[in-house]
Amino acid sequence: MSTGNAFLVLSAFLASAVEMVEALTIVLAAGVARGWRSALTGLGAATLALAVVVAALGPALTAIPLNALRLVVGGLLLVFGLQWLRKAILRASGYKALHDEHATFAHELAEARGAARVERAGLDWYGFTLAFKGVLLEGLEVVFIVLTFGSAQGSISLAAAGAAGALVLVAAVGVAVRAPLARVPENTLKFAVGVMLTTFGIFWATEGAGAHWPGADASILGVLGFVVLSSFLLVRLLRRERRTQLRTVEMRA
Amino acid sequence: MSRLAAFGRFWWDFVIGDDWLVAVLVAVAIGATAALAHSGVTAWWLLPLAVLLVLWLSLRRAIRSV
Repeated sequence: MSTGNAFLVLSAFLASAVEMVEALTIVLAAGVARGWRSALTGLGAATLALAVVVAALGPALTAIPLNALRLVVGGLLLVFGLQWLRKAILRASGYKALHDEHATFAHELAEARGAARVERAGLDWYGFTLAFKGVLLEGLEVVFIVLTFGSAQGSISLAAAGAAGALVLVAAVGVAVRAPLARVPENTLKFAVGVMLTTFGIFWATEGAGAHWPGADASILGVLGFVVLSSFLLVRLLRRERRTQLRTVEMRA
Repeated sequence: MSRLAAFGRFWWDFVIGDDWLVAVLVAVAIGATAALAHSGVTAWWLLPLAVLLVLWLSLRRAIRSV
């Protein structure tokens, strides 16, 4: 497997795992508070809707010329990846609270328990829509990543295999523990996904713009190293700045 | 109309996110890379440096609003 393809599978796996852990938390809250029938029907309906999006957009993307596709996809991934990376750096440096799956679960559970019961088509409508929306919104990010990564690298099936691996793993662990997967190092995973998206974004947007990397596909490793190093330097700088800020506030108090 | 606005807002939040400046600067950097490449100048170095600058600017903006 080439460097590009190995990164493709790994990136699709990591990004999908992060989104699926979040979707699982919402489905669990819907199931525990409103009943499993409605939650699982919502999960199934959202999965079907996502499959339709993939079936409609997948073949259309492969028909676009590769350079134009890499330019657009690279640009989109870069904007998307920088969002993830900015949030991850802010979390790691202490400027933003760490994502807590237990807290999200408790919040969703309280809201679901407080909502009025309305039955439609024999289902608890709140439970159904909560699970449907949660899986659809988190799933759309997975679909976006799988389709863009896969089409730009020339193999949607490899990206889909990475996502499917994450689905099997998260679903199996979710069924086994029946609790939010709070022990998954989600903040670290999000950092890794931000780095991957930004790396691929830089690589493909540059190629799509008509420039050529020295060393072709192998230069992805160089870009990855640059993004990782820059991110860690920024975390260190901001962490030091944050500590100084907090110390100043403490001294004034 | 409100559904259309909600649809538009969803895609804006999904792709552009919290800081629109990132999208604008990334588009400018890609345009500059294309301009350099098409005039025969080596241009692969431009985007990584631009991304570092954009990330730094965006972080400063986020910290100012904390």
